[in-house]
Amino acid sequence: MTGAVLSLENVTYRYPDVERAALSDVSLEIAPGEFCLLAGLSGSGKSTLLRAACGLVPHFHGGRFAGRVQLAGLDTREHGPARLGAFAGALFQDPETQLVTGSVRAELSLALESRGESAAGVARGVEEVALALGIDALLDRAPHELSGGEKQRVALGAALAGRPQIVLLDEPTSQLDPVAGDELIGLLRRLNQEWETTVVLAEHRLERCLTGADRVVALQHGRVACDGDPAAFMQWASERAPALQTPGAKLFALCDLHPAPVGVKQARAVLRSLALLGEDDPREPGRAEPARAGAATRRRGARRARKLSALAMRGVWHELRNGPAILRGATLVVAPGESVALMGRNGAGKSTLLRHAAGLLEPTRGRIEASGRVALLLQNPGDYFIHERVDEELSADALEAAGLTAMAARHPRDLSGGERQRLALAIVTDAHDAAQTRRGHARARDDDARRERHDGDVQAPPAVLALDEPTRGMDRQGKAELAGELRRRAGEGQAVIVATHDPEFAAACADRAVLLADGRVIADGPTRELLAGGWYFATETARILGGAGGALLPEEGAELLRRRAPVEVAL
Amino acid sequence: MIGTLLFYRRIASPLHATRASIGAAWALSLTAAALILYHPLCLLALLVAVLGAGWGAGVGPRLARSLRTATIVALPIVLVNVLVSRQGLTVFARLGDLGPFGQGDVTVEAAAYGGVIALKVTLLILITGLAGLAVDPDEMLRMFRRLSFRSALTATLATRMLPVLAADSQRLAEAQRTRPSGVPAGARGRVALLSAVVGGSLDRAMDVAATLEVRGFATARSAAGARGRPRRALSRHDIAFAASAVAILALAIAGRMAGVASFAAYPRIEMPTDAGTFALALALIAATALPFCDRRGIDP
Repeated sequence: MTGAVLSLENVTYRYPDVERAALSDVSLEIAPGEFCLLAGLSGSGKSTLLRAACGLVPHFHGGRFAGRVQLAGLDTREHGPARLGAFAGALFQDPETQLVTGSVRAELSLALESRGESAAGVARGVEEVALALGIDALLDRAPHELSGGEKQRVALGAALAGRPQIVLLDEPTSQLDPVAGDELIGLLRRLNQEWETTVVLAEHRLERCLTGADRVVALQHGRVACDGDPAAFMQWASERAPALQTPGAKLFALCDLHPAPVGVKQARAVLRSLALLGEDDPREPGRAEPARAGAATRRRGARRARKLSALAMRGVWHELRNGPAILRGATLVVAPGESVALMGRNGAGKSTLLRHAAGLLEPTRGRIEASGRVALLLQNPGDYFIHERVDEELSADALEAAGLTAMAARHPRDLSGGERQRLALAIVTDAHDAAQTRRGHARARDDDARRERHDGDVQAPPAVLALDEPTRGMDRQGKAELAGELRRRAGEGQAVIVATHDPEFAAACADRAVLLADGRVIADGPTRELLAGGWYFATETARILGGAGGALLPEEGAELLRRRAPVEVAL
Repeated sequence: MIGTLLFYRRIASPLHATRASIGAAWALSLTAAALILYHPLCLLALLVAVLGAGWGAGVGPRLARSLRTATIVALPIVLVNVLVSRQGLTVFARLGDLGPFGQGDVTVEAAAYGGVIALKVTLLILITGLAGLAVDPDEMLRMFRRLSFRSALTATLATRMLPVLAADSQRLAEAQRTRPSGVPAGARGRVALLSAVVGGSLDRAMDVAATLEVRGFATARSAAGARGRPRRALSRHDIAFAASAVAILALAIAGRMAGVASFAAYPRIEMPTDAGTFALALALIAATALPFCDRRGIDP
């Protein structure tokens, strides 16, 4: 291919002090105007590839680099990230670390000013990018006042302000709610189509962006394992990498339908052609029946919860002094063994509700009762690690139970994302540690109040396990493992509450979903009712099947399709 | 925690609507007045004016927190001056022989002079706080980029990182509270926690450094963004605060030179309280407060 905006030739790279190569003999060419999706499990090399493309590898990270990367005709061995930045905009996972000045306007100006643009050029560039991304109303706001979605949009604006030829994005939606995530992806499509900006996007939730992509490059162990259009990638994933399959593709694979669909529209077209959508079948349950069934289940659940609750939060308000109310009379009652997915947009009050449940915050109004200890796993597992070795973080029993004995001597920050999450979960649920605490630190005043409210046998496992966005940046395999773990804990009688933006994960781990908006519970019901009928808060399987039968997961969808299949279409 | 720190936030107020250079000059003129004047009545008038300006700029509650901090600094000043100064003539308490400090005679004059200095320090803290809350640091630093782009950007980055690191520390402390063992106790626990905070800050710094790299920080040019900057027309608030700054400075100098704000603590307190002094005090309040009366076009 000639005139590639980005080309990698036999690139092999090792980070400093790491034996395994993060990239192995990678060759790739991206043409101008291409929308290229990078797929792969965690640790497959997606982020490293993006960092090599913008010159951070090796200039910033060091390590051993072989091969050649050219961006806009510039060899990255000869030109550093600052020079390459004139041609490539980069957007990483955490928007917080990408906003470096005191106002949005200053943020958008920074790259242009750094390159010595004239004042008029800076002003015009800022104005144009602000209008293009719909952030013109935010120009005079401080970054710390913005929501997660707004921050990521501003960071994208800062990356685009210099009109780069290519944008490199590393899981930019991982911290966004479904609405903000879809908006960002839509924005990228628009930039790609209207400005012919080349987009290279690394993403775990492929179903979000496959339909807009021209090409998918899948990485495995630092090597290019598949490079083709979305349809070819789906075919390859079905045969060689089931962990990368989208839920729609998995649904088709379970029904032995080919080819795997690239998006909801294509999947529905295929099912319609096979008369499997059930749109004209009067016997088809559709949405009404699950709603009725859901109401009955809800009534039963409410009766059960009233009789026996692991956690009861009633009319909880959290009002900031000289500020807004974050929670406005939220009520949530969870029974032992029940698993609840807490969903809603960024800023809806999910994290605050969980902090109240765990006693980290005191409600300004309302009542909270728990039958025992409430273990809370906060968003960033790294915040729990304060020691140099994994085995100093928790007891040997808990280490073994978490399957981390082999990592006992390692530094917690050297663990993979999934391992860090497991370690943090083990820390907050470590009963042995709790017993030690009771004896050793009984004087801690802050915790006394919490323990008094959640009085119970500390040596027993926690009565309630609450998790705040535990799947951020996690691949599908990691999510499946975590969902299994949460199901197991619920099976043992723990009440599990998970705040999540991921409908697929919510469907996999929870029986009940609670939707929060503006600090209030606006919907509360069985997961299969709540996640079957929505647009944003719905799984891909549910969107393909139109919410029929309350099927949320591919397995449930496949079962439904088998029941529907006419004799001549044996599934 | 973040809310207790003094960070600029653009809100609807005449001072926020004023360009940073004039806002800073206005704050400097208040500072100069606080340094030039010694008469307690004039200093009290300035105190009232600055607190009023804080309310007018919509940062009153946050400025009030600065006042608490200033009081903590100011009280020891009075106390030390009372104990150390030997210059006054009006003794109101005898503490006896204080060894190397001589006779511990506490005088009214020493207390008054200590009070004046404490008032000046309080004013300086409040004026700095007000400027920090209401004058855009990015715009200020942009002015200094002509001299050194990187230094200005580093300073901006430091101001931006403060709330980020404060939020990080708060998050980390929260995570420790959710451990069954609670916040680690004892010196070892505290050291572990501190090293985690530092480690987290370094990780954060690495991420920010990577962002700066790809934004072209390494190629930053000293005159960037300053060339050909179009002249901005002066807004009504720019004019009002510039006039206010000139008036405050002129009043302070004139008051000092005319002797209407003269004050001498030693050997006896000499403090005229005639019509001229009262007029000066009222004029200082008026000059400071008037720009806040016009609230047209102040929306961010």
